[in-house]
Amino acid sequence: MTQASLGESVVQKTIHATQAQNNGVAANVTQTQPLWLLAEVTYRCPLHCAFCYNPTDYDKHTQNELTTEQWIQALRDARKLGAIQLGISGGEPLLRDDIEDIVVEAKKLGYYSNLITSGVGLTEKRIQAFKDGGLDHIQLSMHDITEEINNFITNTKTFELKKKVAAMIKGHGYPMVLNVVIHRYNIGHMKEILEMADALGAEYIELANTQYYGWSLVNRSQLMPTKEQVDEAERITNEFREKSGSKMKIFFVVPDYFSDRPKKCMNGWGEVFMIVTANGDVLPCHSARVLPNMQFPNVKDTDLGWSWKDSPAFNKYRGDSWMKEPCRTCSEKENDLGGCRCQTFLLTGDAEAADPVCSKSPHHHLIEQAILDSRNPTIAAQPIVFRNDKNSKKIIAGELKDRVDEFHALP
Amino acid sequence: MMDNQIQNEDIYTLAPHHRFQWEEAQSSYVILFPEGMVKLHGGAGEVIKRLDGKATVSDVVADLKVTFPDAENIEKDIIGMYELALSKAWIRKV
Repeated sequence: MTQASLGESVVQKTIHATQAQNNGVAANVTQTQPLWLLAEVTYRCPLHCAFCYNPTDYDKHTQNELTTEQWIQALRDARKLGAIQLGISGGEPLLRDDIEDIVVEAKKLGYYSNLITSGVGLTEKRIQAFKDGGLDHIQLSMHDITEEINNFITNTKTFELKKKVAAMIKGHGYPMVLNVVIHRYNIGHMKEILEMADALGAEYIELANTQYYGWSLVNRSQLMPTKEQVDEAERITNEFREKSGSKMKIFFVVPDYFSDRPKKCMNGWGEVFMIVTANGDVLPCHSARVLPNMQFPNVKDTDLGWSWKDSPAFNKYRGDSWMKEPCRTCSEKENDLGGCRCQTFLLTGDAEAADPVCSKSPHHHLIEQAILDSRNPTIAAQPIVFRNDKNSKKIIAGELKDRVDEFHALP
Repeated sequence: MMDNQIQNEDIYTLAPHHRFQWEEAQSSYVILFPEGMVKLHGGAGEVIKRLDGKATVSDVVADLKVTFPDAENIEKDIIGMYELALSKAWIRKV
């Protein structure tokens, strides 16, 4: 799955709503309720996407997944805390045979539920069960308009299947919500991707520029497009938005490496997002386990309310009292809250430093170097490390060191 | 161009794939839709609540005037909410 797909547009929406306060609508930007619950129900996945944000050592967590009962309890507890948007994600959630039960419970509890899927494993029987059970929408990942790139970047032959699944989703009266992760291999096809989405009748499409965590960090030099390509992609997207007359809502998630200010990661640590991982860890963001000296609670033995409100891990980076210079006295600190803790630690080795994306960061040269590396033909020619069990086992065993050594934790 | 003109006799309802509900944990109404939600403060929620696919804009205004007799200039706010909701595609004309 893609990190960018999970919630950034929620943030966009709340920002829009803030602008409309005169009409009585107000956003909940400093909310400290977990409005979003992301259930990463499994790390198993039939696809092997080079840009996957899942931890590279995910293979450790494929044998100790939560049971159906444990998921249902987590859903109930999170709902009590105020969670309302539920993302059922992975890995590929459809590899579990109890998604139907989870969907029924989600409906009963009043969640707005979303299945985030590659489409592999979606059958007529299952989608009908989801519809009957009250699943609200399905977000399908698409990769390119060409079979070649789709199959290359996912390391699977799934192009035809995706088209079939898209038709199935539409056929069952679901809104068509597409997520396309953008990288070097498909960024040149932006117009065609948008036309494909329109032709499929998509109501929403998220063009999620790759952010570098997990497998995508290992493959950063192989995936990163150039600044010029990103600018051109954005221009094409804007042009499509204005000219097409399409009803499709398009979200273009800007890649932070080419900004001079970091993203307000997860809309703030422990502000609105809560993730429960396949093995039950409760996290404020997808990658939080890379951080040092942190003990994340687990639903198997810890009350979810305590985890959210009181656990040291969730309180560690709430607000701004943890900040150092240059963030502490920065006039813009409220805009981005210092950026992403995980990215900062992975790249700098100091979790409390400013996100190196920021041009005010003393570590900003690391981002500039990464951009240069991605344009270095020798480095960029290294093979992609696809996300699969074999590579995960290798990384756990300390192989592939040359690809992970520059980072301060295993991505 | 007429699309965003709210007329008295128009009837609106929630757009497809949108859900409107009361959220106890936040003490407010919300609209939920793919990839997002908006929290509606008092008056805004009261307007959306009345969009049942049967009530005209005039009906909604009249009903809210009865419910909130002390609110000043309420009609302007109500139309403003219709315009916002329509521009955001949270609602559609029946």
